Amino acid sequence: MYRALRLEPEKCTGCLQCEMACSYENEGVFVPAKSRIKVFTFHHEGRFAPYTCTQCDEAWCMHACPVEAIVLDEATGAKLVHEETCVGCKVCTIACPFGTVNYNRDSGKVVKCDLCGGDPWCAKACPTGAITFVEEDAAGMDRMRAWAQQGIVGLASGAKTNAPRDKGETLPTYLEA
Amino acid sequence: MHHVIIGAGPAGVVAAETLRKIDPGCRVTLVGDEPEPPYSRMAIPYLLVGNIAEPGSYLRKTTDHYARKEIGVLQDRVVSVDTQSKVLTLEKGRTLSYDKLLLACGSTPVRPPIAGIDLPGVVNCWTLDDARAIIERAKAGSDVVLVGAGFIGCIILEALAERGVNLTVLEMGDRMVPRMMNHAAGDMLKRWCESKGVTVHTDTRVERIDDQGGRLVVSASGGRTLPCDLVISAAGVKPNTDFLAGSGIQIDQGVLVDDYLRTNLEDIYAAGDVAQGRDFSTGQFSVQAIQPTAADHARVAAVNMAGGSLRHIGSINMNVLATLGLISTSFGLWDGVGGGDSVELSDSKNFRYIQLQFDGERLVGATTLGMTDHVGVLRGLIQTRVELGVWKEKLRKDPMRLMEAYLATVQPIGYNARVA
Repeated sequence: MYRALRLEPEKCTGCLQCEMACSYENEGVFVPAKSRIKVFTFHHEGRFAPYTCTQCDEAWCMHACPVEAIVLDEATGAKLVHEETCVGCKVCTIACPFGTVNYNRDSGKVVKCDLCGGDPWCAKACPTGAITFVEEDAAGMDRMRAWAQQGIVGLASGAKTNAPRDKGETLPTYLEA
Repeated sequence: MHHVIIGAGPAGVVAAETLRKIDPGCRVTLVGDEPEPPYSRMAIPYLLVGNIAEPGSYLRKTTDHYARKEIGVLQDRVVSVDTQSKVLTLEKGRTLSYDKLLLACGSTPVRPPIAGIDLPGVVNCWTLDDARAIIERAKAGSDVVLVGAGFIGCIILEALAERGVNLTVLEMGDRMVPRMMNHAAGDMLKRWCESKGVTVHTDTRVERIDDQGGRLVVSASGGRTLPCDLVISAAGVKPNTDFLAGSGIQIDQGVLVDDYLRTNLEDIYAAGDVAQGRDFSTGQFSVQAIQPTAADHARVAAVNMAGGSLRHIGSINMNVLATLGLISTSFGLWDGVGGGDSVELSDSKNFRYIQLQFDGERLVGATTLGMTDHVGVLRGLIQTRVELGVWKEKLRKDPMRLMEAYLATVQPIGYNARVA
């Protein structure tokens, strides 16, 4: 079974060590802007959400690539960008609905998380356990399924939103509600 | 079961591979009319700029790819389709019979009705052959006139500029890329091009092109005459449907298909640039002519050709474009909807721009300039049709908080999912 990154925002303190590690290991420089994992900030709540590619099975980026530059790494399940094949057309950057494939102006190629070949540095660098590399089953598939299911049920019953309306910055807590 | 696919572009190749995968026993034949192995037109700008050689544009990289997958590849042009007897007539005199047919024959450049458009020094930028002609003629110091500042015109500007030609762009519309950008974005793009030394004339129509002793002279509205060595015509493309005349296949802007990519005739499907399929945003049927839509169509059509029943929910119209290094994107209903509202943030000094279009609490369209990070999330926000709730107001205050809006409203991570 493949392993996947489990991201647990409530454990994230926003220290950005994951971004530093990713940038250094993959680009050779300590420049968080070059990191493939990003920590998004919810200032008013003092909360942080690390986020990166989920390595989707039927990957949008991979299917959109016209020149077969994004391929499955059979060993890890990661979708890899072959730099020498990528022409830099950027179609994958608009095709990925998660916003996790970015264009690198310096190289003229696109960049995404490749799970560091199966031993991701972000997980190793995270001091609080907000990013862990775990068996896929433990990475939150059940949670995602439950969430998706709830969306479907919600839509059917006419409750059309899963966004908070009146709680200021509070993030949705529907599964608990 | 013999599946015949007309067209060896991305839609044709993806459909052929999908058919092979889900119906291992079937026979698949791809018919393409160009001599090269199946390639991507999207790679041509990068060929012109010298980043890749021709094989870099090929859709699949191993020479025996199609043989290994037992996909027959036939180089020929289909001249007619007999839908009664299910037989194609090919240009080289052969015939080919099919059980199921996929029309993935793409589009072809529009030749504007201008005197002189067929002169030898006037080329399109569509095929590898066109690219070779441009490479040969667009020498450093030569004068080049680009007719059309649409998507294709803009994306080859960089290659032309890097070749050191003296470039003039003529656009009929009142702004650059009028089918992808509003005035603010189109005007910013024009200013960017001018700052890079490229002359752009909008609201300018080419009246005629003459050959004056080996040099071309372009006459345009406003009394402008432009002597040049090469004219590149990039006036848009249209679906390749001429050969279907009289076949009984229904054609509007392109080949009309239903939500299963079926045409009006049994056992005939259409996909990609030639197909007039469902648009996710409008719910209407239109020709999008973009790579991701071609891949979507192809996968759905192939599953249905193999006896499946896969419904196409509609494709989002979207584009990403690099114009002399300035990257722009557009998504969905970037021009807005009646009764909707929008927010715009512009940093004209640094050539950065974003505008978001809302319909009630939903994001329905967007345009960006000068942004390369996380732009795909615009698709995510549009395609999930998520009601943004409080995040709409937050986006109105700061449209750059797209990822936060997405994570907070759509993703089952963290607080959304109450991770243990």
